[in-house]
Formats: sequence, structure tokens, C-alpha cells
Amino acid sequence: MAKKTSPLDPKLAQQLEGKLLLRKEIPFEDTLFDFLLEKNMLTPIPSIVKTLFRKICQRCGNRTNSRFAKIHDINRKHGAWYCRNCLMMGRIIETEPLYRWNGQPFSWQKHEAACTWKGQLTKAQAKASEMVRRFILQPESSLLVWAVCGSGKTEMLFSGIEEALRQGMRICIATPRIDVVRELLPRIQQAFSAVPIQALYGDSAEKQGTSQIIIASTHQLLRFEHAFDVIIIDEIDAFPYHKDASLAFATERALKPSGTMIYLTATPRQKQRTKMLLKQLKHVFVPTRYHGYPLPVPIMCMCFALQKNLVKGNPPRAFIQWLRLRQNQQRQLLIFLPTIALTEKIASNLSELLIHEHVIKGSAEISSVHASDPDREQKISLFREKNLFVLVTTTILERGVTFPAVDVAIIHAGHSVFDEAALVQIAGRAGRSADDPTGEVVFFHDGKTNAMSRAVRSIKKMNRIGRWL
Amino acid sequence: MKCLFCQSKITSEVTWRTLFYPTPMSICKLCNHSLTVISGARCSRCSRRSDVPKCIDCLQWEQFPARDTLRYNYSIYQYNECMQEIITKWKYRGDYELGYIFKNAFHTHFQKMMLTAAKTHLAIPIPLSVERQVERGFNQAEMLAQFLPIPKAPYLQRVTSEKQATKTRSERMGSANPFQLRKPINKPIILVDDIYTTGTTLRHAAKVLIEHGCPEVISFTLIRS
Ligand SMILES: [Zn+2]
Ligand SMILES: [Zn+2]
Repeated sequence: MAKKTSPLDPKLAQQLEGKLLLRKEIPFEDTLFDFLLEKNMLTPIPSIVKTLFRKICQRCGNRTNSRFAKIHDINRKHGAWYCRNCLMMGRIIETEPLYRWNGQPFSWQKHEAACTWKGQLTKAQAKASEMVRRFILQPESSLLVWAVCGSGKTEMLFSGIEEALRQGMRICIATPRIDVVRELLPRIQQAFSAVPIQALYGDSAEKQGTSQIIIASTHQLLRFEHAFDVIIIDEIDAFPYHKDASLAFATERALKPSGTMIYLTATPRQKQRTKMLLKQLKHVFVPTRYHGYPLPVPIMCMCFALQKNLVKGNPPRAFIQWLRLRQNQQRQLLIFLPTIALTEKIASNLSELLIHEHVIKGSAEISSVHASDPDREQKISLFREKNLFVLVTTTILERGVTFPAVDVAIIHAGHSVFDEAALVQIAGRAGRSADDPTGEVVFFHDGKTNAMSRAVRSIKKMNRIGRWL
Repeated sequence: MKCLFCQSKITSEVTWRTLFYPTPMSICKLCNHSLTVISGARCSRCSRRSDVPKCIDCLQWEQFPARDTLRYNYSIYQYNECMQEIITKWKYRGDYELGYIFKNAFHTHFQKMMLTAAKTHLAIPIPLSVERQVERGFNQAEMLAQFLPIPKAPYLQRVTSEKQATKTRSERMGSANPFQLRKPINKPIILVDDIYTTGTTLRHAAKVLIEHGCPEVISFTLIRS
């Protein structure tokens, strides 16, 4: 009993509370680990629960029979089931339990005025910011913030986060994209300079997640259970929820039952929009950019024989004409293509063309990125620091990542990867800076799609609403 | 059916052969296409693609008859990026199920290429150390051996741990023998493993066997890297 008050305890609680971990994820020696088990401060729970007809993975919630498999090891009489659904987080096998903290709960520090950001919010931002703060104070609540690209939604969170810290709450910002996790960390850290913040993603240096504020890629939430008082989900429409139900399961479980869920989106899906219209979901709308200028409206540009040219690796002629007529030739170029294969095919010709058109001086000023590019992080920062003038990319840069002054071209905008949300997001990459608040966005296509028309219509609509505020 | 590796749906194409003799597919066409079966001229001793009957490495082994204990190795696949991905997930992440990708190929290539040996030889999978076996929950070589239609003789054991990946070739070739035999065997042996890299591990195992009176040791491996 005396052990319960030992100075070791709070640290253990901080490290282990609110998580479901495998033995190998708990970085303690056997002596300490066994002690905690014996004192009932750690409770083993079955990692795979079996019912008559199905199995349920206790980490990812997987209950699809075909997503389980059995290991038949000759040293073991019976096979052992494991979950194939969450394998990338370390294998869950029925012979190894998960461990849950059962000791004293940890009290997170209360910070009186933690926000060190001294900027000014616009009127629209301030309204949303106040809503977020109110919802955080209200238990068991959820709010959707619909804020157009470039409205400065991160800043709208600061007041709410400050309030949460004042209450001694624990906060998680989750996003599906690792690039966004990396970009958010320094910004949030700067805004709350005295509060410990960690970033968790697939190969982050930090693995444990013991800080009061955590910025995480979605999959990382699979290790948490009732850990956070506030979860802010960035880009809710981009969440691969429809592909992987376990992510929705994980976000719900990571929140304390009394917690607040804040959803952020620039491009809500039709279903979410209908719910908002019917006032079924609490939401706040931010239709204007932080610098007050309207969103750039995309221009559609028809290209004949587009696909024929692309197969040969040639950029469309209309693109070349546009290059010559760009209003501001100083702006960097962000060029989107639908597939990796096409990106690679067109890269060298594009480089030659841009040199020939005097857009760049040499092939060192252009580069291309895609999802599995190992140098992707580096290329993005080179582009941001203007050491690259042209970046050719697949849809991985469609959202989250911000560059101050770019013109945006989508080549083959009619391709099915460019749905309405993707097109609105891509258009939103232009005109982000107050110094250069406009930017050109061109859809090069060989036949207007519904997605393209709807994207343009929705951008115009937001500009219209924004003007009235 | 879904592809064991990429989860996409397998649509088996209908030909007369699939109609009359449907073989269940474990991976999709695209994944299967990304795996390279070794074809054409190969080194007669190690299965590496080679225009000469014996490759340089094998000639080098022949300089040291005392260590060159393996008569020959037969491998099915060449190592490539896709194979590396599958192996990583299968062995290191522990996705046991992925081993079934190779079930058909391992069986049929064995029937075709090891026809005579199949009648006389016993199979021994290369063992893992106890710690490694516990950590992974299974031994990939054992899984492969189970696909073969011949009796197994799992009498080999590993006494020191495997840290091959960090060693250089010369370090590996000169290192101490990690294997022991629990029971002498007087029958010829086919060693089974997932990958033939330098051939050192297999030769260590073969050496122990031969020292205990085994007349011949050959090996059948999934990959020649
Ligand atoms: Zn699972
Ligand atoms: Zn050879």
C-alpha cells in the first residue's frame, strides 16, 4: 500500500493512462512491469474477444472474419488468431493481452493563460473561435467548423485550446495526413510555447505520447482509450473513414465519454451539408479568408487531344499558352496530375518545356512528388523556401500544405481522382498570402465534368456569402 | 476472394484450363505479376541467374571444400521490391497468412524440379532461435516446409541468435556455426528456407548434418537474392 504514494506513480500514470498497449509497447523492465501487474495497477485484457460467430479485435474494433488469420506454429497445439486489420501498428495476437492502466488517474496541469499567440482574428474567425471555446466547456458535445481554404482555421482553435488547458484538459489534434502533422507541430508549439506538445505518426521519433497536447496521424489513435477531453479532427472529409472503419472507431474510443469532438473541414461532403442545412448538426461557417480577399475562382480550359498528348508525355498546348500569359510570372507553379505514372511520364518533357519558355533556368528548379516518395518532406520544404520554382504533384498536396504565393494548374482535371472536394481544396492552394492574395487556378481538361462545375459553383457561392459579412 | 497482399478483389479469368481445373488464387494478377520467377540460364549450384554454369560466388565456395557442404540450391523467385515488401510484412510484421501466397508455387516447383530427390530426401526447415521464434510466433521456413509433400525431420536447432542482417559477407562466411543436431540422420536432406543470400547459413546447417553422417544435403528456397 505504501507504494501507492511513491513519487514514481504520477509519471507511470502519465505514460500509461488512456491507452491500450501490448507488452512490447510498454518500455519497462520486467521487474517493474510484473510489480505493476501484481499490484493491479495494470490490467491485462484479452486482445481478441471471441464470440460464437465472430472475433473482435480489441485494438481496432475489426470484426470481419476475413480480416483475421490463424498462425499454425508446430510448437503450439492449437493455432492462434491474429488481426490482419491493424497489423501495421504491431501484431495483435490472441495469446498476447493488451494492458490498461488501473492505478491512480493522472491530473494534467492547469495552465492559466497558455496561449502565446498575439495575432488578431478576423470577425468571422472570432465568431468560430468563440463557438469552439463554448463547445469545449460543454461536456459530451460536438461541433463542425466549416472554414474555407485559407481562412486560418488553426488560429481559430487557439482560444478553445487555451480554455481546455485552463481546465486541465488533455487535447488531441488528429489528421489523416502526416505532412499536416509535421506542419502543425511547430505552429501549435509556437502558440503554446510553455506546454509540452508531441507529434505521433508512423515513423515519428516520439513513440509514447505522454504530453498534454498531442498531434497525431489518425492511425495512432488506435493505441488510445478514453484519453482525451478534446479531440479536434482536421479535414474530416478527407478521413479515410469509408475505407477503414477502424479509424472512426479509434477516434470515438480515444475521446473520454465526457469529451468534446471538434470537426474541421473546408469541403464538407454532401451528407454533412444536408445535416447542417437541417440544423441537425451544430456547426459554424467561416466563408472568408483571413486576409479578406475572395477565393480564386478556377478557370476551365479545354484541351483537344489531351489524353493522346499525355500518353506521349507531352503537356497540353493550352498549358503552354497559359504559361506565357500568366499575370504574375514571379509566382511559383504547383502542377497537379492525376496519377504517379503520368507524373513520371511527363516530368522530363515538362522540365524541358519550362526551360524553353524561360519559366525556369534549369532542371534543378523543378521536381515532382508523390505519396511514396521518400524525399517528399524535403521537396515540400524546398518548394516552400522557394529553392524549387515548380513542383509537380499527385493529389497528396491537395490539402493541408500551405505555400505563400503559387499559381495552380491541374492537368487532366476531368480524371476521376479529382472529385469536387479535391478540386476545391486544390484551388484553395492559391492566393494564401496577404502579400499576394490572388493567384491563378486553371483546370486543363478534355471535357467538363460535374465535379469541375460543382467545384467552381461552390467557390463562387462562398465568395458571395463572404462578401456580406 | 481477396488478394492476400493488396486486398483487392481477385477476378480469375476464365480459360478452358481454369474452367476444368480451377486453382484457387491467393494473390491478384497485378501482385503476381510483380514477382519474378527465375527463368533462363542459371548457376547450377546456387540458382542465381547466370550465363556461365557456375557463378563467381560458387567457384569461390569451391575453393574451401570443407565449408562447401551444400551440393546445390534451387530457388524459385528472384528478389525484387515487391518481394521485399511481402517478406517484410510476412516475417518481420508477423502476417503469417501471407505465406500462403507461395503455397502453390512452392509445391509445384518442387514437384517439377526436385522430382528424384523427393523420393529419397527428408525436409528440414532452417530453425529460428527460441527467442526469435517466440517473438514472431512462427518460423517462415517451417511454414514453407509444410507445403512440401515429403516427410519432415525437424531435428536441427539454432543455439545462437541470428543477426545476419548487420554482418558483412566475409563476417558471415567466417562466423561460428549456430546449429546443432538433436538426432543423427542417415538419409539425404533437403534444407528449406525462405531466402538464399550468401549461402552461409544453409552451409552451416549442412555441415552439422554431414558431420553426423548425412550422405547428401541440398536446399530448396523461395528466393535467390
Ligand atoms: Zn485489429
Ligand atoms: Zn552460383
